[in-house]
Amino acid sequence: MLLGRSFEDMCAQMYYRGKMFGFVHLYNGQEAVSTGFIRLLTDRDTVVSTYRDHVHALSKGVPARAVMAELFGKTTGCCRGQGGSMHMFSREHNLIGGFAFIGEGIPVATGAAFSSKYRREVLKESCDDVTVAFFGDGTCNNGQFFECLNMAALWKLPIVFVVENNLWAIGMSHFRATSDPEIWKKGPPFGIPGVHVDGMDVLKVREVAKEAIARARRGDGPTLVECDTYRFRGHSLADPDELRNPDEKAHYSSRDPIAALKNYILEHSLVPESKLKAIEKNIEELVEEAVEFADSSPAPPRSQLLENVFADPKGFGIGSDGKYRCEDPGFTQGTAQV
Amino acid sequence: MSAVVRQRLGGKTRVFSHLRQALQRAGFTASVAGKNNSTAAKELTVRDALNSALDEEMAADPKVFIMGEEVGEYQGAYKVSRGLLEKYGPDRVRDTPITEAGFAGIGVGAAYYGLRPVVEFMTFNFSMQAIDHIINSAAKSNYMSAGQLSVPIVFRGPNGAAAGVAAQHSQCYSAWYASCPGLKVLTPYSSEDARGLLKAAIRDPDPVVFLENELLYGESFPVSADVLDSNFCLPIGKAKIEREGKHVTITSFSKMVGYALQAAEILSRDGISAEIINLRSIRPLDRDAIISSVKKTNRLVTVEEGFPQHGVGAEICAVVVEECFEYLDAPVERIAGADVPMPYAANLEKLALPQVEDIVRAAKRACYRSVPLAAAA
Repeated sequence: MLLGRSFEDMCAQMYYRGKMFGFVHLYNGQEAVSTGFIRLLTDRDTVVSTYRDHVHALSKGVPARAVMAELFGKTTGCCRGQGGSMHMFSREHNLIGGFAFIGEGIPVATGAAFSSKYRREVLKESCDDVTVAFFGDGTCNNGQFFECLNMAALWKLPIVFVVENNLWAIGMSHFRATSDPEIWKKGPPFGIPGVHVDGMDVLKVREVAKEAIARARRGDGPTLVECDTYRFRGHSLADPDELRNPDEKAHYSSRDPIAALKNYILEHSLVPESKLKAIEKNIEELVEEAVEFADSSPAPPRSQLLENVFADPKGFGIGSDGKYRCEDPGFTQGTAQV
Repeated sequence: MSAVVRQRLGGKTRVFSHLRQALQRAGFTASVAGKNNSTAAKELTVRDALNSALDEEMAADPKVFIMGEEVGEYQGAYKVSRGLLEKYGPDRVRDTPITEAGFAGIGVGAAYYGLRPVVEFMTFNFSMQAIDHIINSAAKSNYMSAGQLSVPIVFRGPNGAAAGVAAQHSQCYSAWYASCPGLKVLTPYSSEDARGLLKAAIRDPDPVVFLENELLYGESFPVSADVLDSNFCLPIGKAKIEREGKHVTITSFSKMVGYALQAAEILSRDGISAEIINLRSIRPLDRDAIISSVKKTNRLVTVEEGFPQHGVGAEICAVVVEECFEYLDAPVERIAGADVPMPYAANLEKLALPQVEDIVRAAKRACYRSVPLAAAA
């Protein structure tokens, strides 16, 4: 959680210094949800996220330096600078997005869960991998959400749908956009258990997550978990955030999940304060190092422009000289005319 | 059965293209005409060609599965997947609820993990409900993830006008999908095309949009023994010269190939020898074939069923102007569907779609024979 917070704060700094650009959506305040769920997953389990995906990537194990370099648009980033803030992918860590369209990740996550079940039942491989899909309150009014609740329940797929209800979709309040604002209730009409949990308390989230993930792994099907959470910053770094009531923000700030966990630990004397301070220091150093790494990394070379459009580069077709265009040296150097 | 020869993607097809051309010149026209040579090739409908391709690819690779509306118990909305449910079971031939966006996305997620879905859209008009997944999560993913996630998915279904199905069921999507980087867009015409291209599409590691045509499903074409071989694949990105000619090049795809061939017959009686190119692949476009042909004939007519603005013909015209302008002896003629939503009335529908006479007229204009201009919409 601490890594997530420090990282996102650093992103804001870097953005205002011009090192990061485009659309950047920060996760401050919601760390309990990411940590609560993802830290229970194995390496083989899948996470699908939205554009607010930096911390999901970090929780899933993508190195901070790779994420930072990606945000700076450098070739050492996890997607070699080709994805950016909204499109974090790491096949190695089974983070398959990073999607800018809200609701887009939900069917893809359902497909990943489908592939897990297919491998087990048709290909007869031993596979009990679970998929966790993260999305927001605004997405829960989108058609694809309901389509996938239906199909996940119908086919009993090993997936957990996690709603990060932070009450706001840019400037649209959840209550102005939704006829019945209680999202967890939308699971049972599809035959999916719906669970409501306080998303600012990482221990509570973890309890619910344990049960939901175990359920999916057993083969009992999907769960819909609504986490009440809040984002401390605006929708993105370009959002002036004028519509949210300062009292509301203050209320949730006082319930900061990191501060809450820290208090809990100290109250119950689980870990000495000096150790916590050491962790904080480590994290700061890690994030600093990530920035240095990203700063000193090179930008993608020109030859990277035309790479990876297709897995099979012959997809660029045959040029006017009768040869496959990917064989033209200008192509691999990025100087061909496309 | 003669020696089984493997046809690999992008591999050596020269021998067979000569064979096929020889068969063409020997009088095998593309449609059922009563010219059946008893020692010749078997007749195969496009529907059976597609069905057999699906069957064989599913048998060869257990990761291939079919998903879509009515593909299973209904045997396929157009019976293309007939018999496959009985053979492979409901896990591999999945009937879906009416959720194009949902199941297209599920296909993409499954493809990320190495499965090979064949997603059927009942018609490509319905693909508009899923176009976010085709473009954003299928086509762009390999690039956005810098090669980590390839998407070996096939989106297939009938495309373009059928008969009397009106505006919302008749649009041709070739131009839309072909403009998107990261996609391959195929448009088979004959049974050989259907079989070879579908097999290539399923084996391809990238997302393929496979645009069939409902009116072609029942048409029969002669196919040679090699086409029936289970390893028969056609290379993606290579067009086929259906008929060689000297005076004018006519490019076409899907159903329009049949019309162009008929037009070529009519033109030949007037002394105009038309070279008919069956594009087969809209993205990537076989620029080499088109340009070589234009360099030979110096005149070009592009034919397509879809809307004229920003269509396939527009792209071909631009390519030819860029690459071999000096070889053109006449302006490029574009034939496309009318710039109107498809009307229902049968006579209006006929006016809204290219007909053989339109192709003949355009070819003659390109050859500077004086003919009255048709109404240009």
